[in-house]
Amino acid sequence: MSIQQSDVEKIAHLARLEVSAEQAQRLTKDLSNILDLVDQLQAAKTDGIAPMAHPMDAEQRLRADTVTETNQRDALQSVAPAVENGLYLVPKVIE
Amino acid sequence: MHNKTVAELSKGLAQKEFSSEELTSHFLNRIETLDGRYNSFITVCKEQALADARAADKKIQSGTATAWTGIPFAHKDIFCTQGVTTTCGSKMLANFRPPYDATVALKFKEQGAVCLGKTNMDEFAMGSSNESSYFGKVVNPWGDNLVPGGSSGGSASAVAARLTPAATATDTGGSIRQPAALCGITGLKPTYGRVSRLGMIAFASSLDQGGPMARTAEDAAMMLNVMAGFDPKDSTSLDNPVPDYTATLNQDIKGLRIGLPKEFFTSDLDSKMAGAIRAAIAELEKRGAILKEISLPHSALSVPAYYVIAPAECSANLSRFDGVRYGHRCDDPKDLMDLYMRSRSEGFGEEVKRRILIGTYALSAGYYDAYYRKAQQVRRLIKNDFTEAFADVDVIASPTSPSPAFGFGSKGDDPVKMYLEDIFTISTNLAGLPGMSIPAGEIDGLPIGLQLIGNYFDEGRLLNVAHQFQTVTDWHTKAPKGIS
Repeated sequence: MSIQQSDVEKIAHLARLEVSAEQAQRLTKDLSNILDLVDQLQAAKTDGIAPMAHPMDAEQRLRADTVTETNQRDALQSVAPAVENGLYLVPKVIE
Repeated sequence: MHNKTVAELSKGLAQKEFSSEELTSHFLNRIETLDGRYNSFITVCKEQALADARAADKKIQSGTATAWTGIPFAHKDIFCTQGVTTTCGSKMLANFRPPYDATVALKFKEQGAVCLGKTNMDEFAMGSSNESSYFGKVVNPWGDNLVPGGSSGGSASAVAARLTPAATATDTGGSIRQPAALCGITGLKPTYGRVSRLGMIAFASSLDQGGPMARTAEDAAMMLNVMAGFDPKDSTSLDNPVPDYTATLNQDIKGLRIGLPKEFFTSDLDSKMAGAIRAAIAELEKRGAILKEISLPHSALSVPAYYVIAPAECSANLSRFDGVRYGHRCDDPKDLMDLYMRSRSEGFGEEVKRRILIGTYALSAGYYDAYYRKAQQVRRLIKNDFTEAFADVDVIASPTSPSPAFGFGSKGDDPVKMYLEDIFTISTNLAGLPGMSIPAGEIDGLPIGLQLIGNYFDEGRLLNVAHQFQTVTDWHTKAPKGIS
């Protein structure tokens, strides 16, 4: 499956990555090569095969609905680039 | 002192031949004087290590020590260590000091082991040559122009250069086994769910698994004794009993059935590699193992399936890096979109961006069924191949990598060439099986690895076979030139 430079620019935006026109050109070639490799999958006969999400088909474990965690807000926010009064700071979103 | 194994060091400490402080100082000195050449450490925890060593010595004196108390080791810089910079090889986390410990880090602390520092790695564990680290490439002690493999290249290089007796590592598509092979050491990727992933920075969550790197199978067994176990805080951790992995090392392997996948031993395999691997397997045959040809018919699809699943999961996992809660944040963002775009574009390196883009594409509207769903179906076919094979054999043997260590930049510009480096290791991750690499020979003076794959939770048997191999061969004792 071939990929166009416009596709690369679109997915870069979806992934919130900036790419210059020059980078997009190189990435188009790289991603096309990777997609050529990946396209070998299309030859596999997979009718009726259930997709495998976990090697042992384990299911999501649930814990008892009780409080086990203590408040660690200060510790967790100590690594944030910008906080104030326990809130994360971002550029103004609403005028 | 640095040529002793963990098992020997543990005895030496118990018998008071040397103290943990002496031992720790010795390794710290080696790192200080030698690591300029290898760049295998990103962070060295000198003061903390010496303090931990003195605390360990007190425990040893008071008779409350365990086998690991006072033993120096290193963590791959993917494991969160409270208060100690954890970069994952990325500019994104260059200043990240985790507010908590990974479960694996906590387990070594509880034993009183001494963490020397954090080892270099491919950025976010994406790579097979350790050329993608933001903190510079790692050099293989076997040659200044040679890659150590990746992504756990720093751990492998540090163990091979005797800068640490052992190191933790992680393996998503071969990141423990391939660098172990290229640096001439022993590495084990456990069954998916065997070792907690809590605090192990995620790359591809359904494939990532932590494991040990050391010089011998015995040391790897000692490490796995610490690392393995159920963790209620990891939703994919499995609650199976943890045996003492050192207890079965000496079991006789007479009658052991070893499967050789015909898809791995084709005319495409380098003839020197084929010869060296067959000679290594012959040693196991001499010890009473029985060889059987087996077939893993879908193995050719493992690299293509991996390069859908791993990037898809990576694109989801790495979406958390938004410049808001932790990690790199761009200067003066003009709005929220600008904050996201520039923080991520400045923080991630090229290979990471490539994989995020592939994953985003594979998961985008209209492509999910053709890529992700299809890859997950192929994944089951690959697993079924192994299930059938293990009905007839106990372990599967193959080369770990197609060649010994290669030169920096030798894979050129095409990322696909690098991806094919993991052709023998990736299917094990897709199936969730344990796999191991042990030093098994040399090609043109460079070490090569024998890969052993086991059934689910059969790490004990892999370690047993590896240990039996190491009792009759000396490849694992060979040091790179200039290291004595």
